[in-house]
Amino acid sequence: MYVAVKGGERAIAAAHGLLAEKRRGDTEVPELAVEQIDGQLSLAVDRVMSEGSLYDRRLAALAIKQARGDLIEAIFLLRAFRTTLPRFGASGPLDTGAMRVRRRISATYKDLPGGQVLGPTFDYTHRLLDFTLEAEGDVPPARTAPVSEGMMPRVADIIGGDDLIERNPPENPSRPIADLTREPIAFPADRDLRLQNLARGDEGFLLALGYSTQRGYGRTHPFVGEIRMGEVDVELFVEELGFAVPLGEITLTECQMVNQFAGSKTEPARFTRGYGLSFGHCERRAMSMSLVDRSLRADEFGEERKGPAQDEEFVLSHSDNVQATGFVEHLKLPHYVDFQAELALLRQMRQDLAQSTPAQEAAE
Amino acid sequence: MSTPLLQAEDLSRFYGGRIGCRDVSFSLDVGEVLAIVGESGSGKTTLLNLLSGRLAPDAGHVRYAMRDGTTRDLLTLTEAERRHLARTDWGFVHQDAREGLRMNVSAGGNIGERLMGIGDRHYGNIREAARGWLSRVEIDEGRLDDKPTAFSGGMRQRLQIARNLVTAPRLVFMDEPTGGLDVSVQARLLDLIRSLVADLGLAVVLVTHDLAVARLLSHRIMVMKAGEVIETGLTDRVLDDPQAPYTQLLVSSVLAA
Amino acid sequence: MTAPAYNFAYLDEQTKRMIRRAILKAIAVPGYQVPFASREMPMPYGWGTGGVQVTASILGQKDVLKVIDQGADDTTNAVSIRQFFEKTAGVETTTETLAATVIQTRHRIPETTLQGHQVLVYQVPIPEPLRFLEPRETETRKMHALAEYGLMHVKLYEDIARHGHIATTYAYPVLVAGRYVMDPSPTPKFDNPKMDDCAALQLFGAGREKRIYAIPPHTKVVSLDFEDHPFEVTRFDRPCALCGAQGSYLDEVVMDDRGARMFVCSDTDFCESRQENGHRGPLNQEAAE
Repeated sequence: MYVAVKGGERAIAAAHGLLAEKRRGDTEVPELAVEQIDGQLSLAVDRVMSEGSLYDRRLAALAIKQARGDLIEAIFLLRAFRTTLPRFGASGPLDTGAMRVRRRISATYKDLPGGQVLGPTFDYTHRLLDFTLEAEGDVPPARTAPVSEGMMPRVADIIGGDDLIERNPPENPSRPIADLTREPIAFPADRDLRLQNLARGDEGFLLALGYSTQRGYGRTHPFVGEIRMGEVDVELFVEELGFAVPLGEITLTECQMVNQFAGSKTEPARFTRGYGLSFGHCERRAMSMSLVDRSLRADEFGEERKGPAQDEEFVLSHSDNVQATGFVEHLKLPHYVDFQAELALLRQMRQDLAQSTPAQEAAE
Repeated sequence: MSTPLLQAEDLSRFYGGRIGCRDVSFSLDVGEVLAIVGESGSGKTTLLNLLSGRLAPDAGHVRYAMRDGTTRDLLTLTEAERRHLARTDWGFVHQDAREGLRMNVSAGGNIGERLMGIGDRHYGNIREAARGWLSRVEIDEGRLDDKPTAFSGGMRQRLQIARNLVTAPRLVFMDEPTGGLDVSVQARLLDLIRSLVADLGLAVVLVTHDLAVARLLSHRIMVMKAGEVIETGLTDRVLDDPQAPYTQLLVSSVLAA
Repeated sequence: MTAPAYNFAYLDEQTKRMIRRAILKAIAVPGYQVPFASREMPMPYGWGTGGVQVTASILGQKDVLKVIDQGADDTTNAVSIRQFFEKTAGVETTTETLAATVIQTRHRIPETTLQGHQVLVYQVPIPEPLRFLEPRETETRKMHALAEYGLMHVKLYEDIARHGHIATTYAYPVLVAGRYVMDPSPTPKFDNPKMDDCAALQLFGAGREKRIYAIPPHTKVVSLDFEDHPFEVTRFDRPCALCGAQGSYLDEVVMDDRGARMFVCSDTDFCESRQENGHRGPLNQEAAE
C-alpha cells in the first residue's frame, strides 16, 4: 500500500488551464475586449484603480478581464504590478478647486456659485430592471446644460471664508508625507497616513464603518458639504528644470464632509472636517472615507473613543482587502501538521479522561 | 519618627482651564490609612491617579520610599521601574472589578499573574499561593478554576483584592472599593478590608464619597472641594468636630440621610 | 502587452537592500520583531509573502533552493513558490535537505540536522506571540520592550489548570537568547528543540504583518514552561509506515471510510532517502522483497 505524494506540479498546471478556459467562457460568444470593460464597466475600473492605487484605466480593465470580474482579485493584480514600478517622484498637490467639474452637489446650501450639477448619477433613477438593455441599441445623445464658465468654489472654502470651519493645517515641506507602501505603519498614525490607508481601503469595509458612525457607534453629525467629480491636472516639479511639468489629467471624486463643531472658552466654535478622495467616479467610497476620517480624529477633538470606526489600530489594520483576502483564504492551504498535533492532543486528553473515570471506554 | 512611605508636595493638575486638583501636600506613614473624601468632581480621583503614577502632574512631586530604602521621585522613575513598582509594592483596587481583573482568566490565574510577572515559574507553588489567598478573602477554594464572570459582585471585589495582595505590597490605592454593592455585601467587604489592612500592616489611600466607609477604615481624612484640600485631620476629629463649613455640611448631610 | 522584465529574484535591488538591513538588525537582536516595508508580492498575503521576500533578498546566483510546506516538497504551495524562484531567479532547486543552501519552509523544520552553511527561512502568519492575549500593537511592543512576559505564563497556567498539561501543540512560544519571547511560526512544538543551538541561521518573514525576526546560529532557544510542568515533545507511539523511522513527525493519512489510517513521515525527503537506503516500515514490507 502506498499513498502517492507526488503530483502537485501537474495538478497546478492543469488548474491554470481550466481557469483560462472558464475565463474565456462560451467561445460561440465574442470575447470581451479591454476597451469594452473600460467604456462600459467604467465604475468597476474606477474602483479597481482606487483600491489598486494605480491610475491606469487600461491596466485596470485588463485586470478585471483576467480576474473574471472578481474585483478584489483585479485589485490584487494591479497592486502586484504597481509594486514593481520605479518611482520618479511625487506629484505636486492636486488642486480640486480648479477641477473641470462634471458633477457637483452640496447638501448644505440650496444654491451656491457654480450651482448644483447632477451629472451622470444613479441617484434619482428608479431601480427597475431595464429589459431593453438585453437588446443592442444606441442611446440618444444626452442633453446637458452649457458648462458654466464662472467660478465653482469649493463649499469648504466658502464656509472657511467666514472662519466657521476648522482651518486646514498649513503645508509643512520639511515634514515628509507618510507612504505606507514604503514604510510599515506605526501607531499612533498621523492623518496623512490614515488618509492614504483609507484611500486604498476596501469599499465595503469603509461603507460599513461609515454606516456604523451614523447609527451611533461614534457619531460625528455629518453634512455633505460637497461632492465633486471631474478632471484635474497632475504636475510634477522637476528639480533639473526648476518648474513643474504637466503630466496629464485624471478623474477624481472628492467629498468634503462638514461635521459637528468643536470649540472651547478660548477657541471660537467651528465645524470640523472629514475628507474623502478617490480615483474615478467612486462617490460611495469617497463619502464613506470622509466619515471614517472624521471618526478617526476623535482624540484631536477630545471625543471618547468607543466605536470601531474611531479605533485607529482596528481600522487601519483591517481596511486592506488584498491583505484580508490573502489571510482569510490562506486557510485553504494545507495545515496537516498543526491539525495532526491537535488531533494527537485531543486523543490523549480523551484517553486521560477515560482512564480516570470508572466507566472505561474501549480505546480505538 | 521614620521616613514617610509616600509624600505629596504641592501637586497640581489642570484640564485646560479647569482645575483637576491644586497644591495638594501630605505625607503617609507605613501602615497608615488615609481617606480622601468629597463629592464627585471634587478632584479626589484625579489626586489618586497622580499619586499612583497613572497621571503626570502639571506641578509638584510625589516621593515614595522604595523597598531598597531609597526615596524616589515618581517622575524620575523609568517606565519599567514604575510598572514594576505598580505590580509588586503597590496595589490598585478599582471600583469596577472588571477593570482590575482578567474576566476570561480563572481566579487562580488572576491571583497568580503578579507572581508569574516577577518570575515565579513553579506551577504548584503559584497555585498554592492562589489557593491560600482565595481562602484569605473568604472565597471557597473550590472556585479556584472558575472565571470571575461566574462570581457575584462582592466576590469579584474580594478576588481583585487578593490579586493585588499576593506580592505583599506595602501601599494599596482604593477607588470607591465598596461602590455599587448591596449594603449587606458592603458591610462584609469592609470588615474584610479592615482586618486585612490591620493584619498585613498595609498603608492605604482610599478614595470615597461615603463618610461611613471612611470612618470605618481610615486613620486620617482629607476633605476635598473644587480640586483643593479644605480640611485634614484624624478621622474621629474631622467627623465629630468638623471645622470647615463645607465639611460640616457634608457630615450633617450624612447624618440627615 | 509583453511581460515586463523583472529583476533577479523578482524584487528590485533597492527593496532587497532595505530587507537585508532589516535582516541584519534582526540577527543583531535575536528574537526581536523588526518592522520592514513589506512589498506587495504576486502571491496572496498569508501564503508566504514574508518568507518569499526574505528568500528573494538573500538569494544569490549560486544558491540551491529547497521549498517545503508541511515538511513536503510537493505540496501545492511549495511547488508554486519553488516555481516562482525558478522563473524569476533561475537558481538551482532541490528537494534534498543537505544539498540546499536556502530552505524556505511553512510549518515544519526538516528532520535532518541543519548545518552552518544553510539558512532556514520561515513563513510567518502572525509574528506576535502576545497577540491573542493583547490585541493592541502599541501595548505588545511595550511589553516586549520591558520584558513583561507574565501574561504568557498566565496562558500556560490556564492550560494546566483546565487540562492538566500545557495544551499548546503548535506555535509554542519560546524565549530567545534569554531576552525576547518569540513565536516560532505555526511549526508543531515537536520541532521546537531543533531551533535551540541550531547551526543554521533561522530567518522569519511575516509579509502581511510587515515583520522580520531571526535566530542567529547557535543561539539558546528555550520553550516556555513551568519547573514542575516542563516542556514536553510530542511523541508518536509508532514508526513511519513507509520508512520505519522512529521519532520523526508523522502525518496521519486516511485510507478508507472505515477508519483505517496510516502514519507516514511529514518530511518527504527524509522518508524517501531512508527508503532508498533500504529502510522499510510495517506497511511497506512486501514492496521491499
